Amino acid sequence: MFKLSNKGTEFVKNELSRYESRRSAILPCLTLAQEENGGYINAEIISYLAHLMDIPESQIQEVFMFYTMYNKKPVGKFHVQVCCNISCAMNGGRELVQHLTKEFRVNDGEVTSDGNFSFSRVECLGACGGAPMMQVNEEYHENLTPEKAVHVLKNMAKGNSHGS
Amino acid sequence: MEVKHLTEHYDKDGYATIKGYQKLGGYENLKKALKMKPLDIINEVKASGLRGRGGAGFPTGVKWGFLPNNGEPRYLLCNADEGEPGTYKDRLMMERAPHQLIEGMIISAFAIGSPKSYIYIRGEYFYPKSIVEKALREAYDNGLLGKNILGSGFNHDMDIYSGAGAYICGEETGMISSLEGKKGQPKLKPPFPAIQGYLGKPTIVNNVETLAAVTLVIRDGAAAFRKQGTEKSPGTKLFSLSGNVVKPGNYEVPLGYKLIDLINIEGGGLKPGRKLKAVIPGGSSAKILNKEESEKATLDYECLAQMDTMLGSGAVIVIDDTNCMVDLLGVLMHFYHHESCGQCTPCREGTGWLEKLVNGIKSGQGKLQDIDLIETVARNMCGRTICALSDAAAFPAMSFVLKFRDEFEFFVREGRSKIKGTSYAKMHH
Ligand SMILES: Cc1cc2nc3c(=O)[nH]c(=O)nc-3n(C[C@H](O)[C@H](O)[C@H](O)COP(=O)(O)O)c2cc1C
Ligand code: SF4
Ligand code: FES
Repeated sequence: MFKLSNKGTEFVKNELSRYESRRSAILPCLTLAQEENGGYINAEIISYLAHLMDIPESQIQEVFMFYTMYNKKPVGKFHVQVCCNISCAMNGGRELVQHLTKEFRVNDGEVTSDGNFSFSRVECLGACGGAPMMQVNEEYHENLTPEKAVHVLKNMAKGNSHGS
Repeated sequence: MEVKHLTEHYDKDGYATIKGYQKLGGYENLKKALKMKPLDIINEVKASGLRGRGGAGFPTGVKWGFLPNNGEPRYLLCNADEGEPGTYKDRLMMERAPHQLIEGMIISAFAIGSPKSYIYIRGEYFYPKSIVEKALREAYDNGLLGKNILGSGFNHDMDIYSGAGAYICGEETGMISSLEGKKGQPKLKPPFPAIQGYLGKPTIVNNVETLAAVTLVIRDGAAAFRKQGTEKSPGTKLFSLSGNVVKPGNYEVPLGYKLIDLINIEGGGLKPGRKLKAVIPGGSSAKILNKEESEKATLDYECLAQMDTMLGSGAVIVIDDTNCMVDLLGVLMHFYHHESCGQCTPCREGTGWLEKLVNGIKSGQGKLQDIDLIETVARNMCGRTICALSDAAAFPAMSFVLKFRDEFEFFVREGRSKIKGTSYAKMHH
């Protein structure tokens, strides 16, 4: 059964009184729950939060469904999001994500068998001057080539969290 | 030539910390502002002609003047959602000069009499958020936020709120819904946020760059601020240059600067052997300019409006002759369809139709009538929805087809791109 850590429960309590309206706590608390659950959110977590926060489940559910950063299914330990919007597309972003899924033998949106990686194509991440680029968990990597990206990711899998 | 006013100290070590910022004159403008009358600050901002840097270019002082005088609490929201494809200037501003933004926000809050402000930052900006959070703590620790700021009697609290991935939350009423903990769905205007915004209270929404620029208006005064730029577009602005240029980057130039100079001088021109084909001058929602238009255009609100496009967020996307326009329009239509919040039928259905029509042509299954249909669908999406996303999707569609019709027709006739070397990988988004 899903349960937040003590620190997480404390965070939720603080968020509920941080803003003018308690409801504003929904977004940050979903973000936290996703982090503690290893990268995604399911129905159990939503009921858990509804109970813990004393906020109707429907209100949490609609927020969960609306925003793309709440993952609807499991992601890899390293969740790789490759921008395929215009400036990145013009500089090889789409070829990059194709190369990566081939290299790591996995389909878009699925997790590699060792649990390390998942890949998705995303919209502009505000790093267009460094195209093509990818976001790995919370970090941006810019000015990539397919080789550079593979190198960064393989290093991460080896335990060097920044991949360099 | 670049004219660095806002970005003057961006490459100095420690500028992101309060010590480094204060060493270079930081928070002196706040001290000055706190001695002024709030109404005089609003009038100074009006006189400066500062226009919103988030996209619409609305005069900032005029917007502030819309707040009702009814004693209700009012809120200031900084729009740091930065989602317009091509735009990455606000990220730079927050990473390099978080205190400049905070100072601009405190001054603005004082001017409009607001006890509370939020910086709404897009969820993916973990790193810039961490920098701004640190700066906020420093500002509190130094008596620049909280009760009785610098002994002035003015109280103000500032907080930061993260989005969670939705372009539509950059639209001001969508952002307000999101900050209230709801889906980021825009609301019909009027009432405008200045009358009824966050939690139904009067609210001013301004872009990161707009609020940072308020520090310059206070420091130099309206007349000096107007020395850069044009009559109708005073000041300097950051332009996010991207696409097919040798040196992409954020460049601060006076408004009215020649677009082609930004590309060739700041951007180092195109790669050897490539030719300029088109430029999107103000983020992906702006109508595209062909080569001849790009060579004539100047980067100010009036010139670009006259050319039936817009300055928008200042994201200049340079496209060379190796790109297929059908392909690029497909990329954009996928984006708008994905980001439509679905409330309005013309937008929800229209963006879906546009994506499908362009993909049909891209897959070699298109008919000549489909090209006309793109134009018709796009026209019917304009001016009849709750927010401007629908128009923002229609503008690229209409202008790509109008200006590069030959590429669309070639694709339909031949079942392949007119541009050699447009690969399979490129064609499938
Ligand atoms: C679909 C859509 C997306 C927008 N995205 C942003 C954005 O990311 N950042 C921004 O500052 N303004 C954005 N805007 C404009 C805002 O609605 C608003 O006009 C702006 O934040 C006002 O600030 P300003 O007057 O300082 O420019 C967007 C508008 C629309 C219609
Ligand atoms: S125009 Fe589109 S994005 Fe804007 S409110 Fe309507 S459906 Fe939503
Ligand atoms: S287009 Fe890829 S980061 Fe903006």
